[in-house]
Amino acid sequence: MSYGKRDEDTGEIGLFYHLDKTTVLQEARVFNDSPINARKCRLLLTKIIYLLYLGEPFNTKEATELFFNVTKLFQSKDTSLRQMMYLVIKELSDIAEDVIMVTQSLMKDIQAKQETSYRANAIRALCQITDPSMIQGIERILKAAIVDKTPSVSSAALVSSYHLFAVAKDVVRRWANEVQEAVHVKSSSGGLSSMSNYMTSLGGAQNQTQVVISTSNITQYHALGLLYLIRQHDRMAITKLIQSFAGNKSSGLLGGGGNSILKNSPAVCLLIRYACKVMEEDPSTTRRMYELLEAFLRHKSDMVNYEAARAICEMNDVSAKELYPAISVLQLFLSSPKPTLRFAAIRTLNKLAMSKPNAVSPCNLDMENLITDQNRSIATFAITTLLKTGNEASVDRLMKQISGFMSEITDEFKVIVVEAIRSLCLKFPAKQGVMLTFLSGILRDEGGYDFKRAVVEAIFDLVKYITDSRDTALAHLCEFIEDCEFTKLSVRILHVLGVEGPKTATPTKFIRYIYNRVILENSIVRAAAVSALAKFGVNVEDTSVKKSVRILLTRCLDDVDDEVRDRATLYLSLMDNDDCAKRYIKDDSTYAFPTLERQLVEYINNTNASVQPFDIHNVPKISKAQEEEERRRARTQEISSMPSLAVPSQQHPRTPGTPATPDSLGPASPAIGSSYDQQQVYAEQLAAIPEFASFGPLFKSSGKPIELTESETEYVVHCIKHTYNEHIVFQFNCTNTLNDQLLEDVVMMMQPDIDDCGLEQVASISSAKLEYNVTGVLYLAFQKLAADFPIATFTNTLKFVVKDCDPTTGEPDEEGYEDEYQVEDIDVLTGDYIQPTYISNFAEVWEQLAETEALETFALEKDKAPSLKAACNSIIDLLGMQALEDSALPKSNTVHTLILSGMFIGGIKVLARSRMTFSPATGVAFELAVRSEDENVSQIVLGAIA
Amino acid sequence: MGGLFSSLFGRLWGEKEVRILILGLDGAGKTTILYRLQIGEVVTTIPTIGFNVETVSYKNIKFQVWDLGGQTSIRPYWRCYYANTDAVIYVVDSADKDRVETSKEELHSMLEEEELKDAALLVFANKQDMQGAMNAAEVSEALGLSTLKNRQWSIFTTSAVNGVGLNEGLDWLVNIIEGKNK
Repeated sequence: MSYGKRDEDTGEIGLFYHLDKTTVLQEARVFNDSPINARKCRLLLTKIIYLLYLGEPFNTKEATELFFNVTKLFQSKDTSLRQMMYLVIKELSDIAEDVIMVTQSLMKDIQAKQETSYRANAIRALCQITDPSMIQGIERILKAAIVDKTPSVSSAALVSSYHLFAVAKDVVRRWANEVQEAVHVKSSSGGLSSMSNYMTSLGGAQNQTQVVISTSNITQYHALGLLYLIRQHDRMAITKLIQSFAGNKSSGLLGGGGNSILKNSPAVCLLIRYACKVMEEDPSTTRRMYELLEAFLRHKSDMVNYEAARAICEMNDVSAKELYPAISVLQLFLSSPKPTLRFAAIRTLNKLAMSKPNAVSPCNLDMENLITDQNRSIATFAITTLLKTGNEASVDRLMKQISGFMSEITDEFKVIVVEAIRSLCLKFPAKQGVMLTFLSGILRDEGGYDFKRAVVEAIFDLVKYITDSRDTALAHLCEFIEDCEFTKLSVRILHVLGVEGPKTATPTKFIRYIYNRVILENSIVRAAAVSALAKFGVNVEDTSVKKSVRILLTRCLDDVDDEVRDRATLYLSLMDNDDCAKRYIKDDSTYAFPTLERQLVEYINNTNASVQPFDIHNVPKISKAQEEEERRRARTQEISSMPSLAVPSQQHPRTPGTPATPDSLGPASPAIGSSYDQQQVYAEQLAAIPEFASFGPLFKSSGKPIELTESETEYVVHCIKHTYNEHIVFQFNCTNTLNDQLLEDVVMMMQPDIDDCGLEQVASISSAKLEYNVTGVLYLAFQKLAADFPIATFTNTLKFVVKDCDPTTGEPDEEGYEDEYQVEDIDVLTGDYIQPTYISNFAEVWEQLAETEALETFALEKDKAPSLKAACNSIIDLLGMQALEDSALPKSNTVHTLILSGMFIGGIKVLARSRMTFSPATGVAFELAVRSEDENVSQIVLGAIA
Repeated sequence: MGGLFSSLFGRLWGEKEVRILILGLDGAGKTTILYRLQIGEVVTTIPTIGFNVETVSYKNIKFQVWDLGGQTSIRPYWRCYYANTDAVIYVVDSADKDRVETSKEELHSMLEEEELKDAALLVFANKQDMQGAMNAAEVSEALGLSTLKNRQWSIFTTSAVNGVGLNEGLDWLVNIIEGKNK
């Protein structure tokens, strides 16, 4: 068909507006006509695709009928009709039955002797219609297609294989050689063949109309992606792959990468991402990989330069010297005429400036030029980067410039600006006046919820960290809630007012604003306002204030909303009762929410639960500061999924290509997962195991998994201890790192060091099969025989049947042999029976428990405890308790008191106080006093140190 | 462009492509026959999963030949291709006496289809080059061809590998087609 016809078709687009499935299905008879009217059929196929893309449901019968009608078109040789037909076949293949009927025809199309431009389409369709179990049947064809000399065919085969890999790993793995060849073939003929194609198409334009040969070498990109997929679990192979494809750099003087096999820029970018992944997983390769990246900075393609520069900027612990060449490249891009390059460079610099503003500051001059960039996105990034890299003197000038264009940018960018200012406030507290004026100014501007929230949170930070600005900032917030359309924000502001307001010199001035809310707002805000008022009532010492608050709260008793009335009633009575007020309003401890939630769920699911009340004592307490820390961590980690099973290799599920976690401003430490979240994950996993169902609620899981092997050994084993009231469960995460072995009937044998250690094994859950690089979990459960708290050491041996297998296919031998593997010992310590909890009134409780004190003096040798800090850490580790009032960090070098709080199994409160001294000559000497609600427990806990 | 012209030409002169199905049990030699007719060569074949469709010109008549796979799993889909069929070439492996009964059942159930009621039937008793192959009369008897009513049919002994008998069969078909068009 000539191209002229296309225009006619576009004129008929109107036809598609009122398409009806029934009509289309009826028209499908056209496909049976003989001879075939290609134009008519193609139009009809387009209509079908259109309907399918619109989401019009086709039932199996309709789809199958249509599919068989469409197959009649295989008699036509019309290229565009054929291409359209393959598309329809692919779309119908999921709905229609018996789509394998076109297998023969597709295979014929793929193997056609003449070059037709639809061979690639046929490959894609074939892979789509073939059942995963039948892949072997088309293996030969695909292998040939992968190494086909036509790039489009090769690419189609590679990309299809890439998709097949998910369902037929073992088969696709066998094609590694062909894939490797696909990367190479093109490069050797790349330049030449493109030239010759160009020549022939000039000479014989007539017979070249059908096949257009791409010269982009994009096949390399596809092949590299597949090759990586095949080998991704073999770190050695990947490292080798990266180095071989990166080419020999030592001789590359100017054109780094010039003698590389890879001609395709996206392929090189992909290679860079894989290099980063290797680096992330195995830090020992950092040196070599950095050299590669550094060489790519001089590659002839911008894309590659940028990718390498970004990779270097995102490296962990990168030194200033290593960063330098990357920054220089990005700096060059800043003055590029291409907006995309400018944008990419400034965005990367902006991110880098969060952690290393000094490294970025050499670009300040170039970035200042970008403030006036036509592209507002670039300008925004430039300003926010400058805010981070600039010094105190430049702040005023920058703020002025920002105010100038704040109204011209979208909310999304406004948020970025606000976040930048927020961190700037903390950096230059002296400038808080300017910032606060700016923030309150834009708070009055138009804007959506996200923007307003960012501003409000920035002001919260000011209130919290910069005492000087507190009163003014609170005043701005009060003004804001006078006319705030976002209930959520009003509630949060009221809460902050309640917490911070009473601390100010003139608390009364806030009360008016708060009470206004009670009069004017909806019930949710009113309830929050009541709570805020109550905090003034309790926390402000002035009796006249107390009196007025009481009057205001009394008025709230007539509110129409239940919640508001209830709160008012509660707070009024709290104000009368000082003890209660202390407990409920002034208390700065809170429960670990993930654990609380889990235990409540357990309680509700437990059928016996209705008989006995929920026991809140089993929920660990933490301070509000800690809770806030958790929440901040959660916020910065939104993208990285649930805490992993804590197997090191799985800790970074980030694939290359996905953007990094959102920019964090708080002092977040993303590597440290919350122990409470983690415990919740464990609890869910354990609850799913029927053998452990009778053990009751989980008391404690040991925090970090204990490594029982070196990380580079044949089998990697980690252990986690779970303590129940009467039982201890050991969880072993085992990974088989040998790709030529399959382990079956894997079981852990645990032998206590003394025979009657007080623990008896009651269950052992083995793993039937441990494949290469798949983590299997084994459990062993022990019951405590007596009522005491046994301490024991276990020797552990992993027993299994080894079956050798083919490393490429994973096909195991029939015969296996038994083998065992000894891993390191595990101790059960007193600390396993103690849960760290937080209390806010240590001194008070300490006095109450004076009668049960157990006391002893210890000395730690110098090499074991080179400092007070080290001694604190080992005591905290041994006892498994929570350090209070920052006492885990000694302030003096010679004398320190560590105070600890915990809960012993069975809900018994335990406190400990350790007074310690340090002298460089003798090491640490300390006196440990333990008090608890039970004298025995005090002794046991004390015994943990001895 | 070429396609457009020839179809225009065809319509003007009332010439129509003749649509033919090649059916039969698996391994009877259908695909070999198709390509023997089309390119005159013996090609190596694998069991057909699905179908082949080719255009064959013979004595100025254009045949559009559909060779459908004969495996048990594929036979149910034969019926999807019955519409507008002018003739069916039914291929039998003359040396496979064990399955000739199955072949008969498939043949008769196919001929009962409404869409094929006007289609002519040409039976190829194939693989005559093999030892112990049944002759035309024996195959005809085994398939129960004599019981067919209201149907134009004929049987030829063929050997696709040697090319024997195929042309005779097509000649008969050409006669029938021309007779129909008159």
